[in-house]
Amino acid sequence: MRAGVITFPGSNCDRDAAVALAACGAAVTSIWHAETELPRLDLIVLPGGFTYGDYLRCGAIAARAPVMAEVARRAEAGVAVLGICNGFQILAEIGLLPGAMISNAGLKFVCRPVDLEVATDASPFTAGYARGQAIRLPIAHHDGNYVCSEAECRRLEDEDRVAFRYMDNPNGSTARIAGVLGAGRNVLGMMPHPERAADPRLGGTDGRILFQTLLETLG
Amino acid sequence: MKARVHVRLKDGVLDPQGAAIGRALAQLGFAGVGEVRQGKLIELELAETDRARAARQLEAMCERLLANPVIETYAVSLED
Repeated sequence: MRAGVITFPGSNCDRDAAVALAACGAAVTSIWHAETELPRLDLIVLPGGFTYGDYLRCGAIAARAPVMAEVARRAEAGVAVLGICNGFQILAEIGLLPGAMISNAGLKFVCRPVDLEVATDASPFTAGYARGQAIRLPIAHHDGNYVCSEAECRRLEDEDRVAFRYMDNPNGSTARIAGVLGAGRNVLGMMPHPERAADPRLGGTDGRILFQTLLETLG
Repeated sequence: MKARVHVRLKDGVLDPQGAAIGRALAQLGFAGVGEVRQGKLIELELAETDRARAARQLEAMCERLLANPVIETYAVSLED
């Protein structure tokens, strides 16, 4: 599998994502946000971080970076796109995923492992988990409070597009949503960090399953 | 020409920051404050001198970057 990890000014989980993917056997390319062309890729990762200092809105400025037009084209052509934390915010800002993120309900930056439910196994990202499986991944964000309209929320549920749900809702998200799939199921945005739970020496391997699954489903 | 863009959270979108400001005001003894909501004000200087064209330009800026239509509304004003 050929994976590209995009680095924006202020990305800080780009290397972690590359290491986690490479450990599973992916060929990983680092891509600078100012690029306008991309090599042939099976997976594009928008990593976590604080692009542009979270100015204006989290992910708003990165979503308008030169590389994003091509990312959107690839996503529409069916290439798998994974947005983690700030990457999720960027995908929502560019409209590849519904909804938006606002400040955590408790107004605090929350940085701790959280228990999640895998809400669907019907995606190239989550097929390696069992539907309803409990997993633990770290979160680290101030603006992870997922907001979407009632109609949009209903559509996400009807179309089985909620990928992960918090057990205890640490940020006030609508319907405890921690991760959502795009309509084509090839785009996933999630606030928890699977790349930070991909090595037993770093406190867990529940996230590694997601990368291994991508390797298996995308070849 | 100077312009102002006032971006606000839509009605119905919870505003944790506004709620915290409301609680702090109550702590300071300001009674009778109802719901508090926080928005942002963006001031711009435009080279454009035609008001209609400037208004269209601002509209496009709001749609493409300054506001997120999923959660926010905006109002634009041009200085005389």
